[in-house]
Amino acid sequence: MSDGAPKISAKGTLMKGKRGLVMGVANDRSIAWGIARAVAEQGGELAFTYQGEALGKRVRPLAESVGSSLVLPCDVSDDAAIDETFAAIEKEWGKIDFLVHAIGWADKQFLRGRYVDTPRDAFLKALDISCYSFTAVARRAASIMNPGGSMLTLTYLGAERVMPHYNVMGVAKAALEASVRYMAVDLGSDGIRVNGISAGPVMTLAANGIGDFRYILKWNQYNSPLERNVSLEEVGGAGLYMLSDLSGGVTGEIHHVDSGYHIVGMKNPTAPDITVAGN
Amino acid sequence: MSEIADKVKKIVVEHLGVDESKVTPDASFIDDLGADSLDTVELVMAFEEAFSVEIPEDAAEKITTVKDAIDYIEKQKAA
Repeated sequence: MSDGAPKISAKGTLMKGKRGLVMGVANDRSIAWGIARAVAEQGGELAFTYQGEALGKRVRPLAESVGSSLVLPCDVSDDAAIDETFAAIEKEWGKIDFLVHAIGWADKQFLRGRYVDTPRDAFLKALDISCYSFTAVARRAASIMNPGGSMLTLTYLGAERVMPHYNVMGVAKAALEASVRYMAVDLGSDGIRVNGISAGPVMTLAANGIGDFRYILKWNQYNSPLERNVSLEEVGGAGLYMLSDLSGGVTGEIHHVDSGYHIVGMKNPTAPDITVAGN
Repeated sequence: MSEIADKVKKIVVEHLGVDESKVTPDASFIDDLGADSLDTVELVMAFEEAFSVEIPEDAAEKITTVKDAIDYIEKQKAA
């Protein structure tokens, strides 16, 4: 799907001496994993959190492969659990330099059909996990973060424009993007930067729950300026930039890593016509 | 055994870390091979990638055994 993406191999020392926490790796297709790998290749030291043992057993071998042994459970809907996670990290490391928040959730049932039909409890749960969790962990992370630190979350174009089926997640991501700007101001005086990456569609475990996702992938492939989808390595590279000192002058930014799709106003005239069924 | 069946079996063995002898056609991913619900989603994604086929959600939900997977992919490939 991301055929044509350049192979990126960027070993170096950009993140040497920096430590940080990556929340939300599910498996080796996760965008958070793409970022973690890029950071590890530049000498960064990583801790990981996961929600529930089904994900824990997937994260541990990945963590091990980048030399990380700090793998902790964290239920981001539970303030006491977040406190515990950060206490454990502080005990182990003292300070951190970066945070990656790659967590979102909405009941699959409402990621199809009409947004207007979203019931209150589904809305609140989606906003809690997909937006508030970043605020909740950012507050704790800031308290142990070195000046010059960087926080990063993941968002999607569905926050800015209507995407079919994205529904309540689009509303949650819009709130998340607004929270990036507010926290950039709040934490700026401590020398901490807060940014988001708006990645084009990537076939992850989470994306698998979005209705007609394969159609969305194909649509982006045909209609983005680069006429292809983005690779995990490309999002990882952008994440590395955001977490490293290379982006030292950047905060409150939503950076699109989507083959340029967000600038397009109309279907590419040369793109084939595709339909949801049999796309 | 067909080439597709062979490849499916290999993917299952690799992904679930089970012994090859257990991956019989009638083996259920969850009941016999110890898969959890995320494994079944990951397996379908691995099949899609390995065979360049698209397995929509409603079809994926019906793929519960090794044979289900082989049959579905063979049918897609023949079409």
